Amino acid sequence: MRIITVIAGAAFKESVRDRVPYSMVAFATLLIAASYLISQLTAGQDMKIIKDLGLAAISWFGLLIAVFIGIGLVSKEVERRSVFAVLSKPISRGQFVLGKYFGLVMTLVVNLAVMTLAFYAVLFYLDVTTNAYAKTAWPAPAMDPRLGLAVILTVAELMIVTAIALFFSTFSSPLLSALLTFGLWVTGHFNADLRNFEAVLDVRPLVWLARALYYVLPNLAPFNVRAEVVHGVDVSLSHVMLTLAYAAVYIAILLAGAIAIFRRRDFK
Amino acid sequence: MAAIETEDLSKDFLVGFWRPRPYRALDRLTLSVDEGEVFGFLGPNGAGKSTTLKVLMQLLYPTSGAARILGRPVGDLSVKQRVGFLPENPYFYDHLTAEELLRYFGRLFGLRGTDLTTRVARVLDDVGIGAERRLRLRQYSKGMVQRVGLAQALLNEPDVVFLDEPMSGLDPLGRRHVRQLMLRLRDRGCTVFFSSHILSDAESLCSRVAILAQGRLVASGRLSDILAFELRGWELVVANLTDETRRSLAARVRSMTALAHGRYTIEVPPEQAPDEILHELRRGGAQVVSLNPLRETLEDYFVQSVGAAATRQTGL
Repeated sequence: MRIITVIAGAAFKESVRDRVPYSMVAFATLLIAASYLISQLTAGQDMKIIKDLGLAAISWFGLLIAVFIGIGLVSKEVERRSVFAVLSKPISRGQFVLGKYFGLVMTLVVNLAVMTLAFYAVLFYLDVTTNAYAKTAWPAPAMDPRLGLAVILTVAELMIVTAIALFFSTFSSPLLSALLTFGLWVTGHFNADLRNFEAVLDVRPLVWLARALYYVLPNLAPFNVRAEVVHGVDVSLSHVMLTLAYAAVYIAILLAGAIAIFRRRDFK
Repeated sequence: MAAIETEDLSKDFLVGFWRPRPYRALDRLTLSVDEGEVFGFLGPNGAGKSTTLKVLMQLLYPTSGAARILGRPVGDLSVKQRVGFLPENPYFYDHLTAEELLRYFGRLFGLRGTDLTTRVARVLDDVGIGAERRLRLRQYSKGMVQRVGLAQALLNEPDVVFLDEPMSGLDPLGRRHVRQLMLRLRDRGCTVFFSSHILSDAESLCSRVAILAQGRLVASGRLSDILAFELRGWELVVANLTDETRRSLAARVRSMTALAHGRYTIEVPPEQAPDEILHELRRGGAQVVSLNPLRETLEDYFVQSVGAAATRQTGL
């Protein structure tokens, strides 16, 4: 555990010194701030638009950070040969992969925390500058704690995306890893359609294939509770717990796969 | 106990995209390196030196054969704790300073607190990295990165150290520094296994060498056993050599090569007494600048061994 923590700390430090996440966080913060301006143009819908845009910005920019740093986590080390010196130290390849993963998760959590704080700052401003009568049109209070729940589920989703990027980066090039990760992220959001494939085409082999893909591909739709939260609809605790448990299992399987592949690799 | 042992160690790589076929980079290498010796692992480019070192560091898995370090299989974490490794043309995280990099590696060895701080400072001093230790590595020259590479290989005070081309990228002062460092390591009982194609370094440092060519071991043993050290002639450097003296000496010397500023190098065969030649040179008004005996060098042996291996391979 100590070794994994040391490697995670170094991976976190590397991403902190990389300017890419900073620019993404800055851009997302600007977008959240800009949502306030956009909301001024839409009477009565301002709060919904700010929440929608804010949560979407957090999710999208988090996704960019997860994919673009995740795909380089291991492949960059191998390509630049920095892995030679690290793996000659008394660490296992599994510890190296896990350390890298948790380092990026730390980066994600810090970046998402900064974006969430900026988001809440805009909401707080709107809350104190809006009169009580206008507030009655809001479907939920400005500082709704359920927004935090949406962010937590976004973090869990991005942890899966990071594990996917890391998995691919243990054996393929950064470009291919990025394409495959984005591809899986997109299919992950439409995964439920595969479960009901027979409603579209009732050909047995295809239905079985669709069902198999449904279980193998990540199911990311349950992580998106933005619409419910924005409209003030409650998200059940059981949904949150089940979704988080699903994330934990899926991440564990991906990391086990990444470690198994990385263990067998030759570094020429 | 041998510090390093390999038994019939082979490594094949698959080459070709459509129809991959195995290419043998290392062919049944059997070696044994004693504890506390400086062992030179020599060979031309592509001989399989780095492949061997990577197999020993378990960066590559052997196709067949076995390797042990300090009596345990390679890759054993307790062995890695006692081993240092400098990769060829090393690359380290360039967003870190030398000090930060070594602190990171030190923590992987389980060092912490003041022990870590003093160890990092000492190895950086040992390799001659001064105030630059607080600069990020992206600002370092190739030679300085090489020194940092050496520092990280020595951080855990290893019992066995593997150095892949340690002199690469170093200036003459740096090379001298590293030579002294390797001798200091030997004096404290550390086994030094280094690959190189700079033979003069191997000649001045090693107790034993192994020569590899095309993945095969072509020679190994003590330098004193490999090299006959017999006299192979004399080398004279002279100035003010007249045409008449040159003509009179031509039949008795092996070669006469013009240098700059009117100087000549004259190679005299061993059966020819140099006194006679010196006497004649002085009589002709020439000035003798130097006189040295010629003995078989590691380079001669290397060229013969590698050349013979290439001939066997091509069948020519």
